[in-house]
Amino acid sequence: MSDASKSNALRADLRADKRKRRRARADMRFKWYGLTALGLAMLFLVFFFVDIISKGLPAFQQAEILVQVSYSESVKSNYNRAVDKRYRKLISRSWLRTIPMQLEEHPDMIGTTAEQWVLADYRVDQFLKGHEGHKLKKKYQKLVRQLQEEGKVRLAFNSGFFSNGDSKLPENAGILASAVGSVLVLLLTMLFAVPVGVMTAIYLEEFAPDNRFTQLIEVNINNLAAIPSILYGLLGLAIFINFMGVPRSSALAGGLTLALMTLPIIIIATRAALRAVPESIREAAYGLGASSLQTVWHHVLPLAMPGILTGSIIGLAQAMGETAPLLIVGMMAYIPEAPHSILAATTVLPAQVYTWSGESIRAFEERTAAGIMVLLAVLLSLNALAIRLRNRSEQTW
Amino acid sequence: MPEHTLKRFEDELTSLKEKILAMGGLVEKAVRRSMKSVLQVDTSKAQKVIDRDRAINALEVEIDEMTRSMLALRQPAAGDLRLIIATIKIVTDLERSGDLAEGIAEAVLQSEENPLTHTSTIETLADLVIRQVKDALDAFARSDLDAALKCIERDKKVNKLYKAMQRENLTYMLEDPRQITAGLLASTIGKNLERIGDHAVNIAEMVIYMVKGHDVRHVDHKTAAAILSGELDED
Amino acid sequence: MATDMKNKLTIRGLKLWYGDFEALHGIDLDILAGKVTAFIGPSGCGKSTFLRCLNRMNDRIAGCRVEGDVLLEGNDIYAPDVDVVQLRTHIGMVFQKPNPFPKSIYENIAYAPRIHGMVQDGPDMDELVETALRKASIWDEVKDKLQQPGTALSGGQQQRLCIARTIAVQPDVILMDEPCSALDPIATAKIEELMDELKQEYTIVIVTHNMQQAARASDYTAYFYLGDLIEYGETSQIFTAPSNQRTEDYITGRFG
Ligand SMILES: Nc1ncnc2c1ncn2[C@@H]1O[C@H](COP(=O)(O)OP(=O)(O)O)[C@@H](O)[C@H]1O
Ligand SMILES: [Mg+2]
Repeated sequence: MSDASKSNALRADLRADKRKRRRARADMRFKWYGLTALGLAMLFLVFFFVDIISKGLPAFQQAEILVQVSYSESVKSNYNRAVDKRYRKLISRSWLRTIPMQLEEHPDMIGTTAEQWVLADYRVDQFLKGHEGHKLKKKYQKLVRQLQEEGKVRLAFNSGFFSNGDSKLPENAGILASAVGSVLVLLLTMLFAVPVGVMTAIYLEEFAPDNRFTQLIEVNINNLAAIPSILYGLLGLAIFINFMGVPRSSALAGGLTLALMTLPIIIIATRAALRAVPESIREAAYGLGASSLQTVWHHVLPLAMPGILTGSIIGLAQAMGETAPLLIVGMMAYIPEAPHSILAATTVLPAQVYTWSGESIRAFEERTAAGIMVLLAVLLSLNALAIRLRNRSEQTW
Repeated sequence: MPEHTLKRFEDELTSLKEKILAMGGLVEKAVRRSMKSVLQVDTSKAQKVIDRDRAINALEVEIDEMTRSMLALRQPAAGDLRLIIATIKIVTDLERSGDLAEGIAEAVLQSEENPLTHTSTIETLADLVIRQVKDALDAFARSDLDAALKCIERDKKVNKLYKAMQRENLTYMLEDPRQITAGLLASTIGKNLERIGDHAVNIAEMVIYMVKGHDVRHVDHKTAAAILSGELDED
Repeated sequence: MATDMKNKLTIRGLKLWYGDFEALHGIDLDILAGKVTAFIGPSGCGKSTFLRCLNRMNDRIAGCRVEGDVLLEGNDIYAPDVDVVQLRTHIGMVFQKPNPFPKSIYENIAYAPRIHGMVQDGPDMDELVETALRKASIWDEVKDKLQQPGTALSGGQQQRLCIARTIAVQPDVILMDEPCSALDPIATAKIEELMDELKQEYTIVIVTHNMQQAARASDYTAYFYLGDLIEYGETSQIFTAPSNQRTEDYITGRFG
């Protein structure tokens, strides 16, 4: 073939013809499918966030009313007398209930009066926020409007949401008890799952002989990570509560149960992290006469640490969001008090959210959403931490 | 020997051997032709020998160039290395042999008026030396140790004959001073032939080194044979 | 072989199995003290396997079984009462890929002497680190950055750091498995020069797939093929006139 005809053939081959254009179109289509799927996922996510945030944000404000409170002697026996009858229905009973106790503590207050901002009833709160189904009677609506004109009603930052436990009165319900419960449970989970998981992984990866038995264990651990979490609840119930006698609903029972669930995740993540440490590092250490323990402890583990931490945090984050197994060990209960010991009845954030979502009073709806926002914030921070640790571990050696 | 993995190196080695054999062929012919010019008192043949020596010299340069680049580029080892080292030495011996043949031819040209008077011994000597050269080249071509040993063995005879020839030549010159010019010519030719024989021995020894990796230089023939048969260790 | 030279390692009838696969078929070899011995041979012929038998690195491999004797100055290193960890302080190893610890240069050297309790941290350790780095001819290049990570050095420097790290334990024998295969020619030349200096004090065994390197750097060469030791002798003899045809074919590049 002459040079010229060769060059012509090459040009013809390079030119886009029908087949090549079809190929290009197929490429394009494939790209668009992907983009569509991504867009859809993004849409759902945005929808979810907008929905949760729009519902949850109002919960961070709570209605308060400026009223004249008279702390007379008679209030001690009937707290309803503390405020003018006209306004009584507008005020949260949860606040009124506390007056006698306040007077017990501060006897010098008896006989005084004060004009102060007090927590309003949830109906007033919902009415002010303009929510449908606020259930505030017509006559009170008028009264609230009037008070509003006088500047005696306001929406203030809802500090009670963070400082109160659960309550049957929505305006008084907060996440403190469940948040403390979550922290306690998580600490216990970490305390049990991380050392046991890491040690197991180190043994399996660095010391165990490669035989039938260890292979069996390996397969089982991998399967355990995939079984439905509610089964861990049943396991926890059987072992910790029925057999070992750990109190039901306690942080200890929950922590141990979640530790069971997190264990396989931590083991798998740790083994992956250990395996990612190059064999050459182990050889270097052995070649210098380091023992197995020294090799693992001085060289392998420090290099695997970021990976181990990442895996552990992801496992813990998952445990933090878990409800099913806790349902079985009795942590899905109405628990208004923050636990004072690991044996006391405890609930956790997701359980709290779940409880609120089942309440019939509409005012709980925004609290449910706000609870979800807090939970999400914690989970996202944990994941961000995990990602940072992973990035740090991506150094080369 | 199996083929070299690097085809080009294999080709180079083959062509190197061919070049040596070609050069050897030229040298052998030069010796033969120079002897013919002596015996037939043929100056045109002598001139031809002198002209052809340039080709031998050119081949020497070419082969040297090849071995140099092979050493630098191929880093030869073992058998290949020995072949190349042997080549480097053989090429010098061949070139010197060529020069010695040329020397004979030049002597013929200078003593055109006084040709040899007694040729029989010198003719025998020439036959022996030419056979020696042939043996050395055969040994190289076929990596033939027997031929190499034969070549080395023949050298004793050559030396004996050379000494006899010189003695004989001396008696002729003493007998008849008019024979002196021819006698000197015979002496030169004989000496050159003897040295060509020595170079052939060198070549044969290099062939032995090339094939066996044993250095048999400067040992007598019996010891060399013993070394080769493995009866005796060198050191 | 002259008899006045002393054997450092004596190997007799060494066989090795990976599970059912017999990787070494009975090796007999004497490794001479104060010499560089090179193992050459095609990939997979068992050079590394054999080398790793010499400081029992193969112990770590599941299913690996060894038969025969390896004597270090007459002491069987496979005897039941031998402590492998201690053995490796006498027979150190340098690997194919430079593998400094991801720690400072100083720590890389100080680690082994510290765990073996050879010297305390402090001026003694400083001196030991300097000596080791000097012997490995890398002191001048790193003396101002001892606290920087060893992994930040160039490949050739890393390998010399690894050699320094091995020297710091003061072994008798240094095993090197293809120590230059990841290095450029200049770095390689430096390592070869280093080996030449080190053999005054240490016995060096090096696996290399680079025959020129074996030729340049070693005193003795062993040619392995398919788990057998085919030929062993002085390097100059092996490379000019090997007595075995298979050795000849391999080193002249006729292996195929
Ligand atoms: N850990 C191992 N398990 C099983 N077989 C192995 C192992 N290591 C090496 N081998 C086998 O042993 C033989 C020799 O390997 P090796 O010593 O690494 O060769 P070389 O270093 O000469 O290239 C090869 O066939 C290899 O596949
Ligand atoms: Mg290897």
